[in-house]
Amino acid sequence: MKILVCISNVPDTTSKINFTADNKAFDKNGVQYVINPWDEYALTRAIELKEAKGGTVTVLNVGEADTEPNIRKALAIGADDAIRVNAFPKDAFFVAQQIAAVAKENNYDMILMGKESIDYNGSQVHNMVGELLGIPSVVPAFKLDMVDDTTARLEREIEGGKEVIEVKLPFVASSQQPMSEPRIPNMRGIMTARTKPLKTVEPVATEAKTEYVNYSKPEKKGGVKLIDPENAGELITLLRNEAKVL
Amino acid sequence: MSVLVFVEGLNGEIKKSSLEAASYGSQVAQTLGTSATAVAIGDINEASLARLGEQGISKVLYDADDRLKQFVADAYVKVIAKAARQEDAKVLVFSYTNIGAAVGSKLAVRLNGSLATNVTALPKTDGEFTVTRSVFSGKAFADVALTSDVKIIGVKKNTIDVTSNAGTTANIEKFSTELADADFAAAPKETVMQDTGGGVLLPEAEIVVSGGRGLKGPENWHLVEDLAKELGAATACSKPVSDMDWRPHHEHVGQTGITIGPNLYIAIGISGAIQHLAGVNSSKVIVVINKDPEAPFFKAADYGIVGDAFEVVPKLIEAAKALDK
Ligand SMILES: Cc1cc2nc3c(=O)[nH]c(=O)nc-3n(C[C@H](O)[C@H](O)[C@H](O)COP(=O)(O)OP(=O)(O)OC[C@H]3O[C@@H](n4cnc5c(N)ncnc54)[C@H](O)[C@@H]3O)c2cc1C
Ligand SMILES: Nc1ncnc2c1ncn2[C@@H]1O[C@H](COP(=O)(O)O)[C@@H](O)[C@H]1O
Repeated sequence: MKILVCISNVPDTTSKINFTADNKAFDKNGVQYVINPWDEYALTRAIELKEAKGGTVTVLNVGEADTEPNIRKALAIGADDAIRVNAFPKDAFFVAQQIAAVAKENNYDMILMGKESIDYNGSQVHNMVGELLGIPSVVPAFKLDMVDDTTARLEREIEGGKEVIEVKLPFVASSQQPMSEPRIPNMRGIMTARTKPLKTVEPVATEAKTEYVNYSKPEKKGGVKLIDPENAGELITLLRNEAKVL
Repeated sequence: MSVLVFVEGLNGEIKKSSLEAASYGSQVAQTLGTSATAVAIGDINEASLARLGEQGISKVLYDADDRLKQFVADAYVKVIAKAARQEDAKVLVFSYTNIGAAVGSKLAVRLNGSLATNVTALPKTDGEFTVTRSVFSGKAFADVALTSDVKIIGVKKNTIDVTSNAGTTANIEKFSTELADADFAAAPKETVMQDTGGGVLLPEAEIVVSGGRGLKGPENWHLVEDLAKELGAATACSKPVSDMDWRPHHEHVGQTGITIGPNLYIAIGISGAIQHLAGVNSSKVIVVINKDPEAPFFKAADYGIVGDAFEVVPKLIEAAKALDK
């Protein structure tokens, strides 16, 4: 089975978010980049399926050269090879076009991604790729198993419940807990990752359809108003009369 | 040209999140000097559809095809794309739910449109068409210009007020689309809805009462549940609580769980780790009850009680009982 796992490179959740002085761009200074946490569920599940059924796991990132340490990390966790599309990921449509172009050349049995990237919180790329390739996309899935060699069984979350879906290969799916238990690379993984192939390809020509023009931060909260625990009931009154949320 | 809103239903009614999208769509239509049409699919009764007039929708296209009672992305997209072409829709609006996100992304490809999800405010239309969206898990906002002819907007739940022109009704037009078997290739074999015990569904809830490890064990959850019941709230929990199976996984909020933005979030015995905050920090009002005055959650809170949950929460339940509802 040939599995493609798409990973994005995002600021660690605990990062302080800052913008350049003109508020036109994200300020990368001092920010630690990680593999998008949701994508780690996809990566680990892909490796588990490979271990059980044989095949290969390729990781793909659309990004500039500074994403390579995290691509290497994915190789250290257990992917076999990697592709980096050498371009700044301008928007979801641009990224989806790049992923679809790579997929068209390689006939993957499944394309796994994360539920959403934790920086831009778009939840767009997976369904766009499915649409561009004309194959089903099952998003957000939290369980993925093979029924037989040509059919997978997925469970996906819908508001207030879940759906069980069986699809023929190939398909696109996104991942979230508890699809797998993300792994930490071990020493051997880190050593072998250095020699695993990481291919760089140039992007296909396509335009982004959105443009980020300005960033801002939420207004600082006015600070917490503390209520005496002895008169805890006072809180309910404040929530009704002052905050007007009850 | 017109504005088209995609409306979702649940048990015959229109979801509150879709009423927000409808309110958003009709306000956009007004700014652009045009009208707002809704396209509704699935299990929704006609009275609810007609009531969309209250949100400023003039016409509802309703596809009552039985096969669409459950969500199937490819089939839904075909219906909405057809409606968009028929209505010459230049702006499409949906609520950024799991279903909305799937539909919106596919429509963006099919209609060659610009897509923004997680949108928190009405667009600016002088000059470029820009919307504000929530990014970095609620830690920032970004203004995004939608540069294509067709603009597709996924509105973040609970950020747009539902407008209401009482008594105004929308015209319902039957709408049907030719669907092929292939459109149902990824149709669910089975749909399992959570049993909320008659309570409120977490992703749709306006008030959420949430418990963390500070509650010591599942046997104490009656505190969370009773308070939730009095307030008409849904219940949620922190990750360790669902990891230890004190509560079901679908209640877990945060970076690895679900993201919510209710009007009121009450956190009991939760420390307020950054990964937890990522799931709740767009709540309008946050209340924190924690016995540790240094708990990080107090920094993100609007109201707080430094105290023992086992003493404080029963008092809250009493006070909530006394509220006239
Ligand atoms: C990659 C990653 C992803 C994560 N994702 C999530 C996520 O999605 N959601 C999530 O919630 N966490 C997540 N976490 C875990 C997160 O970092 C915290 O460990 C977790 O949120 C802590 O849960 P808690 O507040 O219930 O427990 P604790 O941190 O143990 O806090 C318990 C709190 O209860 C208070 N307390 C104790 N007794 C009482 C009492 N009698 N009355 C009142 N207060 C009391 C204590 O003072 C304390 O503040 C993630 C962590 C990682 C590393
Ligand atoms: N630049 C990128 N390179 C590779 N995959 C990506 C990239 N951006 C997003 N993805 C994938 O698409 C998923 C959804 O991202 P998004 O639509 O940005 O929320 C992510 O979880 C990744 O799996």
